[in-house]
Amino acid sequence: MDFEDIENGIVELIRKAETELPKDVVNSLKKAYEIEEGVAKTQIDAILTNIDLAKKSKRPMCQDTGIQTFFVTVGKDFPHIEKLNEIILNGVKKATKEIPLRPNTVDPLTNENHKDNTGLQIPYITWEFSEGSDVKITALPKGGGSENMSKLGMLKPGVGIEGVKDFVVEEMIKAAGNPCPPTVVGVGIGGGADLSLKLGKKSLLRPVGERHKDKTIAKIEEELIKRINASGIGPMGLGGKTTVLDVHVEKAHRHPASLPVGIAVQCWADRRANMIIHSDGSWEVK
Amino acid sequence: MEYHLNIPADKEQIKKLKVGDIIYVTGKVFTARDEAHHMMLEKDKISFDPAEMALFHCGPLMKKENGKWQAVSAGPTTSSRMEIFEDKFIEKFGIGIIIGKGGMGERTEKALQKYTCVYTSYTGGAGALAADKIEEVLGVYWLEELGMPEAAWIFKVKEFGPLVVAIDSHGESIYRNIKK
Repeated sequence: MDFEDIENGIVELIRKAETELPKDVVNSLKKAYEIEEGVAKTQIDAILTNIDLAKKSKRPMCQDTGIQTFFVTVGKDFPHIEKLNEIILNGVKKATKEIPLRPNTVDPLTNENHKDNTGLQIPYITWEFSEGSDVKITALPKGGGSENMSKLGMLKPGVGIEGVKDFVVEEMIKAAGNPCPPTVVGVGIGGGADLSLKLGKKSLLRPVGERHKDKTIAKIEEELIKRINASGIGPMGLGGKTTVLDVHVEKAHRHPASLPVGIAVQCWADRRANMIIHSDGSWEVK
Repeated sequence: MEYHLNIPADKEQIKKLKVGDIIYVTGKVFTARDEAHHMMLEKDKISFDPAEMALFHCGPLMKKENGKWQAVSAGPTTSSRMEIFEDKFIEKFGIGIIIGKGGMGERTEKALQKYTCVYTSYTGGAGALAADKIEEVLGVYWLEELGMPEAAWIFKVKEFGPLVVAIDSHGESIYRNIKK
């Protein structure tokens, strides 16, 4: 198996994520352009022009190329599972030079920049296993401005789902223009503190505009979209109708005493790309 | 109203600007995020004159080609992180125009009024678009100590915008109006 070739595939995966937004995101921004006016419209116009320019010139659309984050599902029959971590790490280092990416990994104690987008625990990789022999990788480079607006609420179970909804709406109003709205908001309800945040982040992998299969959750999502957009915060917090492009909710069972709510916020640059590595080492980036 | 301004803009021009106006600027800008703010406030002397430039809250993505720096993607960073420094920064360096995104708080609002300065918003995330308005990279300070995003980069920009005047020098803030 040509491991170096797969590393080049990782570079292409990151390039795709950084330079080309998924269609579902672009379409929802175009819809926002139609309904906005005044200053809000100028903001969506700049966003759409920028998306176009980044795609054509193969340049990262945002200077904050994020913390490299990957969700990997490994087919249990893939022959070189032991190599995957190293392949991703080397791919990130190469991508930093070749695309290029902004060096974004800083030691929290010394403030020293590691300069290649790797470091302790970073890139951040979530591993899952499945049947079959293919490896599926989703890249979700995560910007700092939106990540800074993440929130964890350990609510009292007595407040119920209404309390959960109020918490999400209030936090997104407090976040205002900081996370580069219109955003995509991921909400994890239940589990423990860490699991709720993880669910929130993972829910960002779902395409914008796609409702949850569970009708009760889909209804909560719809209500949250409506209420947050009614705030009038608008694109970049300058006022307007579109504060969120979408809200995704996921749930896990909770401890009787706890009602964790994890909020993960993604900027309008909801960057995602997918890659499949086959058992013979061939790969595709979509 | 729409204005096309040269940097540095004189105080009379700054005073004319009202919340909601759109401006395009031409001239020199320097980037400063948390670390550069901190460092510049502590230093007695720095080797460029911030008063000649606009302050850009930005951590650009740069590349060096044939010995020359080029901006690849250079949109604004979240301004609210600089709230803890900005009033002192405006006072010390005589800043006239700030470019950022997401808005700033009360301390900055007061300083903008006191020292006749405006806070303008550029579309966050529109990094490729912003980079194309940068004509030349004139220099960089503290690159080794602070790293690429936190260093102070000096750019020559042409018709950089559209910038929305979001907090003016008369105590008005677009963000405060929306909160109400």
